[in-house]
Amino acid sequence: MNTVSVSIPQSSVSERVKAVAAALVIGLALVYTTGFAASTSVHNAAHDTRHGLAFPCH
Amino acid sequence: MVTRVLTVSLLAGLLAGLVIAALQHVTTTPLILKAERYESALAAPPAPHAALTGGARIILAHSGTDHAAGAEHDEWKPADGLQRLLFTSATTIGTAIGFAALLLAGMIAAGDAIDPRRALIWGACGFLAFGLAPGMGLAPELPGAASAALQERQIWWLGTAAATGTGLFLFLRHEAPWLKLLAVALILLPHLVGAPHAPTPESKVPAELAAHFTSLSLGIQAALWLATAFAVGTLWPRMDRRMAAA
Repeated sequence: MNTVSVSIPQSSVSERVKAVAAALVIGLALVYTTGFAASTSVHNAAHDTRHGLAFPCH
Repeated sequence: MVTRVLTVSLLAGLLAGLVIAALQHVTTTPLILKAERYESALAAPPAPHAALTGGARIILAHSGTDHAAGAEHDEWKPADGLQRLLFTSATTIGTAIGFAALLLAGMIAAGDAIDPRRALIWGACGFLAFGLAPGMGLAPELPGAASAALQERQIWWLGTAAATGTGLFLFLRHEAPWLKLLAVALILLPHLVGAPHAPTPESKVPAELAAHFTSLSLGIQAALWLATAFAVGTLWPRMDRRMAAA
């Protein structure tokens, strides 16, 4: 029953791998910086967002 | 395709982030400011007593969190008012761009067609993995609440998000019963391990305020995921058409 529909037919596999890698790196880097980075200045700048979006803070 | 991923992440994150930043300004941020007033009101009075009586000094020395908070205030932080609002909004937009990129990474890796309906399902799962599941162990807190060491909480939070996300994907994408069972076990695992908590709760903020904040901040994260997902699902096909026409 593993009927995985291939729904992005125009793009090659390598292109998809590159796109996924780029999106993952950017997504993880941004969420890490805004939600987790230990630097005090980054923490203070992001303070209200960290609390407001339920990230662990302080 | 990389360019399209970057453009859609940026635009969708910017749009959704702006809307949610406005929502935060009238929902969660006022509660944070109120909690800070409680925190400073209760932290300030012991100081003169400590100077007068030797006994009170023990209380001051004991409250390690106050020292940590005091040390933080020496460092740079945005000035209250417009500057703080701008930094909070920028951070929320940054988080939204990050969520949009993660959403696209997942959908492209899974080979899904990207439209608003499918993107919203991914967004809802994103909220379950990044918001609700970690929030069940580590309830969203106002400033001033007692909690375990930050690093332990962050590790538990990230582990829970990863386990829940993987579990949801396995459960929704595979038919084999043993995989579905494995998925449920993965989702339950972080909660069986248990989130790190402070040995004694000692929040200075009234429980009503904290409870209101907890549900509100989870709701705001849900709104951020759904708004981001809707923007991603709406913008992606448009970019597709524009690129086909070019």
